[in-house]
Amino acid sequence: MLVSVYRYNPEVDDAPYMQDVHIDIPGGKDIMVLDLLQLLKDKDPSLAYRRSCREGVCGSDGMNMNGKNGLACITPLSEVVENDKIVLRPLPGLPVIRDVVVDMTQFYQQYEKIKPFLLNDTPAPAIERLQSPEERAELDGLYECILCACCSTACPSFWWNPDKFIGPSGLLQAYRFLADSRDTATKERLADLDDPFSVFRCHGIMNCVSVCPKGLNPTKAIGKIRNMLLQQAT
Amino acid sequence: MVTSITSFGRSGLYDWMIQRVTAVVLLAYTIFMIGYLLMNPDLDYNQWSGLFEGTAMRIFTLLTILSLAAHAWIGMWSISTDYIKPTGIRFLFQSACGLLTFIYVVWGVQILWGA
Repeated sequence: MLVSVYRYNPEVDDAPYMQDVHIDIPGGKDIMVLDLLQLLKDKDPSLAYRRSCREGVCGSDGMNMNGKNGLACITPLSEVVENDKIVLRPLPGLPVIRDVVVDMTQFYQQYEKIKPFLLNDTPAPAIERLQSPEERAELDGLYECILCACCSTACPSFWWNPDKFIGPSGLLQAYRFLADSRDTATKERLADLDDPFSVFRCHGIMNCVSVCPKGLNPTKAIGKIRNMLLQQAT
Repeated sequence: MVTSITSFGRSGLYDWMIQRVTAVVLLAYTIFMIGYLLMNPDLDYNQWSGLFEGTAMRIFTLLTILSLAAHAWIGMWSISTDYIKPTGIRFLFQSACGLLTFIYVVWGVQILWGA
């Protein structure tokens, strides 16, 4: 099959280019895109990509495969290949360090802004802060985010304002802490989000939902943040 | 918290709510206009002018003009902050939009009460 991969080594290349490589899939098996990248690397060791757990848990190998963001390690070829061809590009919108490796700094800065940790000003109990099963259930669909950046880099609002719009991933996490019964900083957290960019640049186009490799729904979480802001302000 | 001084109401939530409320007003006015035009296929100048002489219609129309101005400002401001990156050009664009909106509002009032 034909693999067209984005190549850019700033130390050598003047500009990025697409490299076309023919790869024979051993035994014609339905391998994952990450395995395909390994086959590519066997042919050309200069290819750079991130990978770690190879099972969709670490979130290292987010990339754009035939136009759609996803994790290479859990995306079988049969899901993305069209006409025996696959185009591999880095996650859109972020600066490229080399080949399909992107600089995630802006993404992490937005994550940092939402204070992704429990804030609680009440005295710590002797053992631990307990939650009822119902309170714990509020966090389902939120805590599973692995910060792979597939959603935020599929979002045009994040492309245009990566320094101001928190992005779907950061906002999913923001709601994860707003919804946590053990967190007491709800008011301060909401106050930090009530500007025209942080939350309200979301226009609900749901690209984030369509690409999330963990099946999460940032748009829904953003709607809940908006409802919390509305309840507080009306 | 991102500071912005050129947005409609400074607060994202406020802008968001104004955008929705004005959209409902614009929708109501559009539906009314389409309905009125459909129900009066032989509309002449006197009837059209008479429609806008009523106080209720003038209130409804002025509300729509103001809603359109606010709605357009929030929308154009969003577009300018998305696509125009150089601050000077963005501010010029926003100023031009603001001036144009103001002109349209005054002009609209003049038409509404001047006829």
